[in-house]
Amino acid sequence: MLNVTIDGQLLQVKEGTTILEACELVGAEIPTLCHLKHLAPEGSCRMCVVEVKGARDLKVSCATVCDEGMEVVTMNEKIHAWRRFIIEMLLADHHIDCFSCSDTGQCKLYQYALDYGIKEPRFQVEPRDWEKDETNRFFDYDPHKCILCRRCVRTCNDRQVNHTLNLTGRGIDTKVGMPFDELFIDSNCVSCGNCVSVCPTGALATKSSKDYRSWEVTKTRTTCSYCAVGCQMDLVVKKGKVVGVEPADGHSNKGLLCVKGKFAYKFIGHPDRLTTPLVRKDGVLQPVSWDEALDVVADNLQRIKAESGPDAIAGFSSSRTTNEDNYAFMKMMRGAIGTNSVDNCARV
Amino acid sequence: MIRTLEDLRQFQRQQEEHMRKQAADTKAKVLVGMGTCGIAAGAQEVYDAICDELKKLNIDDVVVAQTGCIGFCAQEPLAEVILPGNEKVLYGHIDAEKAREIVNQHIVGGKAVSRWAVNGGGMLPEGEQDEATIVPYDEVPFFKTQVRIALRNCGIINPESLGEYVVRDGYLSLAKVLTEMTPADVVEEIKKSGLRGRGGGGFSTGMKWEFAHKQPPGQKYIVCNADEGDPGAFMDRSILEGDPHSVVEGMAIGAYAIGANKGYVYCRAEYPIAVRRLNMAIAQAKEMGLLGKNIFGSGFDFDLEVRLGAGAFVCGEETALLASIEGQRGEPRLRPPYPAVSGLWGKPTIINNVETFANVAPIIHRGADWFGSIGSENSKGTKVFALAGEINNIGLAEIPMGTTLREVIYEIGGGVPDGKHFKGAQTGGPSGGCIPAEFLDTPIDYDNLAKLGTIMGSGGLIIMAEDTCMVDLARFFLDFTQEESCGKCPPCRVGTTVMLDMLNRIVEGKGQDGDLEKLEELGQNIKAASLCGLGQTAPNPVLSTMRYFREEYEEHVHDKKCRSGVCTALFQYYIVPEKCKRCGICAKVCPVQCISGDRQTPYVIDQDRCIKCGACMEACPFDSIIKR
Ligand SMILES: Cc1cc2nc3c(=O)[nH]c(=O)nc-3n(C[C@H](O)[C@H](O)[C@H](O)COP(=O)(O)O)c2cc1C
Ligand code: SF4
Ligand code: SF4
Ligand code: SF4
Ligand code: FES
Repeated sequence: MLNVTIDGQLLQVKEGTTILEACELVGAEIPTLCHLKHLAPEGSCRMCVVEVKGARDLKVSCATVCDEGMEVVTMNEKIHAWRRFIIEMLLADHHIDCFSCSDTGQCKLYQYALDYGIKEPRFQVEPRDWEKDETNRFFDYDPHKCILCRRCVRTCNDRQVNHTLNLTGRGIDTKVGMPFDELFIDSNCVSCGNCVSVCPTGALATKSSKDYRSWEVTKTRTTCSYCAVGCQMDLVVKKGKVVGVEPADGHSNKGLLCVKGKFAYKFIGHPDRLTTPLVRKDGVLQPVSWDEALDVVADNLQRIKAESGPDAIAGFSSSRTTNEDNYAFMKMMRGAIGTNSVDNCARV
Repeated sequence: MIRTLEDLRQFQRQQEEHMRKQAADTKAKVLVGMGTCGIAAGAQEVYDAICDELKKLNIDDVVVAQTGCIGFCAQEPLAEVILPGNEKVLYGHIDAEKAREIVNQHIVGGKAVSRWAVNGGGMLPEGEQDEATIVPYDEVPFFKTQVRIALRNCGIINPESLGEYVVRDGYLSLAKVLTEMTPADVVEEIKKSGLRGRGGGGFSTGMKWEFAHKQPPGQKYIVCNADEGDPGAFMDRSILEGDPHSVVEGMAIGAYAIGANKGYVYCRAEYPIAVRRLNMAIAQAKEMGLLGKNIFGSGFDFDLEVRLGAGAFVCGEETALLASIEGQRGEPRLRPPYPAVSGLWGKPTIINNVETFANVAPIIHRGADWFGSIGSENSKGTKVFALAGEINNIGLAEIPMGTTLREVIYEIGGGVPDGKHFKGAQTGGPSGGCIPAEFLDTPIDYDNLAKLGTIMGSGGLIIMAEDTCMVDLARFFLDFTQEESCGKCPPCRVGTTVMLDMLNRIVEGKGQDGDLEKLEELGQNIKAASLCGLGQTAPNPVLSTMRYFREEYEEHVHDKKCRSGVCTALFQYYIVPEKCKRCGICAKVCPVQCISGDRQTPYVIDQDRCIKCGACMEACPFDSIIKR
């Protein structure tokens, strides 16, 4: 364990802890843009600087590990001016469109501009002749809103390991993209949307995010029902309707989702979706209550078991139910019915 | 195969004997400087003409050979004629015709054509001139104060001959290191010599090697930085083209010191001759057993490969260079960890500059004390400078550290052309700053340059005369760094663009109040907040010219004037009516016909239509047209 002091507060941290992590432990707020849990720190946005006593320059806290006896100051005039400069530079090369941008309310750039007292940008760089890429079915990319934090690129390559996104051009002409300016639709993108989920601005945004603002929605933590991995996610709900899904930092998914979890949520509110059980009466499926439906099932299972023995019955459950439901179903088949003929369609 | 020190000595004796015999059998030897600079100036035609003329004359006892850059680029193409028993004669500015005449008069006739000779008496300082004589090289001002360590063989040996390198004690240092010294001894010796990196940073080479040496044994790498991205710098190219074995040997010694068995030379693809000669040198060294397995029977293995860079300036930054070798986007990464701890593929890696490596063998051969005796207090040895810009002797000069700028410019460099006044010198290229005339007597070393707000850099030395606009100069350098920014961090990516836009407006006469303060503020912030050395130094040319030539900036912004007549939006060509003789020549040469007048009415320029090409001013026989 190492002894470090953050803003006068002494604490002990494990060897290898970054200054940023130590700051989080004591609740000292540090603005970050390129840093993201589960991604290797790269210290490129230069936002998270703090002062380390005795060091000549300010240090990027996300990529500097604590040393024994380190004394850290998280805010002073120099730090404030530095961070403000970074925000000013980012705003100088940004399509400022907060009024209609879908990220309004959750955009980090917006938040920090506010925090660091920038009312009006002093500098403006000429926009490049870049076009938006709107070819993906689920999301769009607007390079003029991109701050090049590279979270999306690192996520796609290092976490999703799909190697679709990269950086093209250099200097002021750098943008996120594919080699030879390929469009999303022509690339090997699997539309997992993890790049979109990590974007701190409105540069990569789901198409549906146009329909709501962050303050209009509530978020409900749930488990993805598509397979048995058990990814944790937040359903974004506006007026009782699911309008989006965001990955949560669950044990099994650590902030990632696949295309189904991220985008295939529209069945929830689909008009064709069954909302009550149906029982076939006189050759026609008819809505019934759950009690009635379960009675029909229970009666029939008991009858078959009595007539032909438990092995005349096989159970097949869905991979779209949770592990817990599958477990209970297996128990029911073996314990209550008395057969080993039970299976599940999950083969992943 | 050379397996022992004795083998090497024997090979050396053989080669010496061979060369002696060759000299005895031949009437003369002609060396043509065939670095990129020489070839670009027409050295190949000269070479061919000499061979052809000799053939025509049925002379077969003259050796014609190529050598690397002799350093005196302003005089290219250069050829040296050596008649046994006579002073060597170096001919400058030769073409095929002159070459044929030299063959006839000098080689056949035995009389040097002294008026074309760089070391002809005409080159001596005023008062000592004697057109007819030939003087030794070390009396020629350009060579006089030079001390050649890194360039010891450049322009002297045939770079494609291992034998000629060995004759000049090549690979003796490697043999010594492998047979008599431990790796720790080597590190100690280099540390003691005081050698500092010549690639720009000036970090102690011995200390750097020590870091890597102290890493636990295992895979380690040694890398030579031959990216040379500083515009106007060409010392590394000249060393690689003129003496590639010196780099191979230096790297092998370094590899032994740190415990690496694999090395890479990262060279820009725009240096095809350097790459070819380097590959040739590596192949020769491998063939002779000077690279490969069990070198000098010491059990030390070392293999070397060339990797080509695509010419991005940022790839000269060491971590970007490593990324590029690994096949990734050439972008710097945060340090620490330093490459000496975690470099190529995560393994301890030493990166040194070409010139740094070229200094290594002589240090081992002649000792750290000898090296330490040259130079100044904290800057030992020599530095190769590429003299460029407004200077008579454009070329490469290797000078002891501590030489004054005045000596370099006025003695070696032959001063500013056309009698113009010296205004300033830019060191460190786009990462450096300028030194104004009042500091001409500053001894050049790492510390003094830092005090003046500039850096040694890799050795580019650009001389500016009175008619250089400092604002435009700063704009030029920033234009370069802005273009070369990798784009990884916002201060450099956006900051340099904002600064450049502002400077572009200023030179176009659209500067506004407050611009200068903003430029300074931006410059300081970019320096502080950028991730790598490129951004951390990019504002230097602007900040340093603002420090010494602030009034020029003020004039550009507030008075919309460019006193040097460079920024076309900020001056006009003007015909002084009292001086105009009404000859009408200006009106004839004006490509847009915007000058009117006749024998009765004085000529005037229609400023709205003038495109500021300057043709009129050039053509006026009475100097009646001025810029104002
Ligand atoms: C933008 C940038 C460009 C650089 N370009 C070069 C280069 O072309 N050649 C070089 O030797 N060093 C260059 N350097 C310095 C290298 O990062 C490194 O310090 C050097 O190669 C170390 O070798 P040395 O200790 O022998 O000088 C550059 C540094 C920066 C920041
Ligand atoms: S959706 Fe997934 S695969 Fe496609 S670019 Fe984004 S992270 Fe990569
Ligand atoms: S698209 Fe978003 S996540 Fe990707 S680099 Fe730009 S701002 Fe960052
Ligand atoms: S300072 Fe410039 S070149 Fe260096 S990492 Fe940042 S953007 Fe790239
Ligand atoms: S969050 Fe630390 S540098 Fe970007």
